[in-house]
Amino acid sequence: MIVAAALIVLLPFVGAVAGLLGSRWPRGGSRTEENNARANRRAGWFAVGPAAGALVLTVWLAWQVSGAGGSADVFWAEFLPGSAEGTLTVIDTGAIPISVGLQVDGLSVLTAILVTVVATAVQVYSVGYLRGDSRFPSYSAFISLFTSAMLLVVFAADLLVLYVGWEIMGLCSYLLIGHWWEDRANSRAAVKAFLVTRLGDVAFLFGIFTLGFAAGSFRIDDVIAADISTGTLVLATMLLLGGVAGKSAQVPLHTWLPDAMAGPTPISALIHAATMVAAGIFIVARLFPVFPQPTLDVLGVLAAIGMLGAALAALAQDDLKRVLAYSTISQLAYMAAALSAGSPDAAIFHLISHGAFKALLFLCAGAVIHHVGSNLLSHMGGLRQAMPITFWTMTIGFAALMGLPPTSGFFSKDAVILAIEHSTSPIRLFLYGSALITVGVTGAYAIRAWLRTFFGEEHVHALAEPTPGTAHVFDGREAPRTMVWPLVLLAIPALLLGFIGVADMDWPSAAISLLVALLGAGIVYTTWRGAPHSDPARLLGPFRGPCEQAFYVDRVYAALIARPTLALARGVVRTDTHVVDGAVRGSGRLTLGLSSLARLSQNGNAQLYVTGLLAGVLLIAVGAVMLG
Amino acid sequence: MHVVYPAVVAALLFSIGVYGVLARRNTILVLMSVELMLNAVNLNLVAFDVWLRDQLHGGQVLTLFVIVIAAAEVGIGLAIVLAVYRNRQSIDLDRLRELSEPTELSEPPSPNGAQPVATKVTTGGGPE
Amino acid sequence: MTPALWPPTAQEIVFLLLSVVAVGSALLVVTTRQLVHAALWLVACFGALAGTYLVLTAEFVAWVQVLIYVGAVVVLMLFGIMLTRAPIGRTADLNSGNRVIAAIVAIATAAVLVTVVIDGFRTAYTPLEPGTGSAESLGGSIFRIWVLPFEALSVLLLAALIGAIVISRTDIKGRE
Repeated sequence: MIVAAALIVLLPFVGAVAGLLGSRWPRGGSRTEENNARANRRAGWFAVGPAAGALVLTVWLAWQVSGAGGSADVFWAEFLPGSAEGTLTVIDTGAIPISVGLQVDGLSVLTAILVTVVATAVQVYSVGYLRGDSRFPSYSAFISLFTSAMLLVVFAADLLVLYVGWEIMGLCSYLLIGHWWEDRANSRAAVKAFLVTRLGDVAFLFGIFTLGFAAGSFRIDDVIAADISTGTLVLATMLLLGGVAGKSAQVPLHTWLPDAMAGPTPISALIHAATMVAAGIFIVARLFPVFPQPTLDVLGVLAAIGMLGAALAALAQDDLKRVLAYSTISQLAYMAAALSAGSPDAAIFHLISHGAFKALLFLCAGAVIHHVGSNLLSHMGGLRQAMPITFWTMTIGFAALMGLPPTSGFFSKDAVILAIEHSTSPIRLFLYGSALITVGVTGAYAIRAWLRTFFGEEHVHALAEPTPGTAHVFDGREAPRTMVWPLVLLAIPALLLGFIGVADMDWPSAAISLLVALLGAGIVYTTWRGAPHSDPARLLGPFRGPCEQAFYVDRVYAALIARPTLALARGVVRTDTHVVDGAVRGSGRLTLGLSSLARLSQNGNAQLYVTGLLAGVLLIAVGAVMLG
Repeated sequence: MHVVYPAVVAALLFSIGVYGVLARRNTILVLMSVELMLNAVNLNLVAFDVWLRDQLHGGQVLTLFVIVIAAAEVGIGLAIVLAVYRNRQSIDLDRLRELSEPTELSEPPSPNGAQPVATKVTTGGGPE
Repeated sequence: MTPALWPPTAQEIVFLLLSVVAVGSALLVVTTRQLVHAALWLVACFGALAGTYLVLTAEFVAWVQVLIYVGAVVVLMLFGIMLTRAPIGRTADLNSGNRVIAAIVAIATAAVLVTVVIDGFRTAYTPLEPGTGSAESLGGSIFRIWVLPFEALSVLLLAALIGAIVISRTDIKGRE
């Protein structure tokens, strides 16, 4: 089994190397149209093949670990009780050794299935979405590398091995968000994503160190089994929480995610819906036994703020992808809330179903954007007839997002709310209220985006020139086949996945949240019926501005952090040029000045030289006579 | 005869020669001053030869040799002076300052580096 | 046995008088403002020195001094002055700028040398015997004992001669 896990991790990695090095070989230099097409075709195979292979292997692995009769503590242990662990080598560092190893259990197999399914879908989808892009080979190779890194995180048996995957993901997200770097905004978004997640990663690394040194080992099982004092645990997990907030886009490090929508849409689906943001939730679930109550409470408060704020922000956005981005933040906050309520299995359940339907939504949005040539909702409308497959699959996605039965979102969201309801946390009521309101707001923004995209008057028009960051011009047809198949593939789990949790349903609670969601949706629908041409976001009234700007968090950060840092940097530069360089140049000038004094004697007059010579001889003679 | 008389006279002559070498501008005058210094030495040689009653007459013979060398030196020196005069139309010592440090810092180390290019251009322009 | 330094004997008086002439004309050589005068004062100086040699019983050296210095070297100097078209009359700028420093150094040299010489040879005395510096005795020692240096010197003289010709002639080019 470990060999299979290692293969799952290595296959996409090999695909990445092959895609980077082999796509243009042997005609590397010439970028003719024909060569580009050939390279793209080859890179497509290099990308899709390993992803599909990893998917097949993961399914086989799931079959291997499946079986009944495990301890029913968490639900994955019920279905997938098997586990295995293997260590390739132990690196002796002098202090605490690092064991390079993988582990397979229910949680990692489950998450790996999510990752490989979404990755395969995204790779297939990208072939159509980025047709004709001259940098497609590197793009697909980076996706493969990214997938490999995420799988390494999922299967890692050692915290430092996990951290390697964690950092490679950060790098790949930077590379992929900045894929269309010709536009300055895109490269800025990439840098922002990199820096913000890096901020969290520093804390994460120190959290790993604290845990590892307290437990005397970096192996995850050892860390969980170790007997560590509560104070150390709180410190370590608070630090870990920094990394979690960075990667999973939780308040206060969430600002990179909406900006990261500058990347190609399949990237948004992969990174920002299903995998990278899932890493944060995954790591908390993986290390859940070591999280003490204070840390969970902090996580709960952040989640409660994040879910409602992000949902309100999503309601006011005009960019379809940003709507989905804020919705991702909000849904991730649900998972964090479930974790804080002490129920990692609700969190993972929602993670899986959200991964499926959010990836579906992003890919559908990509199809729509591909079709319309613009990201803005105000440029869309009436696409129901033109894109029937996209319409139906996206409807499933939105229904899952709202939590309508029988989609997967209904069951998983109910599990989360149920977990919050039954938790013993001191912030239970606060969390519960926030979650319920958010359900309503989610219904509102989902129905708004749905209506604005597919209904109403068609005002799509062909754009003269596609700007980087939006793909392609309007061609009036359904998306290419490579883009439609992944939609259908993902729509099936988004629709049906929830039934694995049907046994644990609590129907009264589910009815309440369904009612709230329908209430939110209904209000928006009536508003829209009243005036189909205007944006239902006007419901927010005076709050619309702050919501659209996501409550000015970016501006606050710019004022509090970015500008002082820039001022400091400018000060450093000024000090460098004037003080440090000045000292260097000044010493040079001083030396020249002093030497010019000495050079006065070097004036070429031989008589002066002889004078000095004789004077010296005289002095020596006098000295010799006097002293001798 | 007290030896101190010729010795003091020689010392004075030598110092006068030193002054001439250091203070005179004209190269021929400097050569004359050198001759004065040589003669001071000659006087010493003769005086000490007499005082020591040298059977080999080393002092006086050396005086003769010095006189001969001085003659050779004057010959060569004047030839050099003439050559300098032919090249520079001047034999003033304090104007012969080719060995001095360049005074301008911005001046390139070899100012005649640009010179060959210019001459090449002019010679190239000549034959047309 | 050694007579006192003062009063001087008759020989010493003659010597001192000649010395005064030599030193005085030497001073004029290095201070005069006319080039040709400097050469002529040099003649006076060398002549006086030849006289002192005579007093010191070195008669052969004295005649050689007169022959070579007064006869040859000074004439060469005059030719040099002529060939470099030096102004014949009074010229203002025969002295260079560092005259003061030169004077200080020269006076210091004189002070040191005179002090040391007087200190070292205050009591040295020798009676003068005529004939010891005659051409016969000097020639004997040159051609018996000093013959090898003499021959080397003649080669040197030849080399100097050829060198002077090569340097001063313009139609002999160096190797390109």
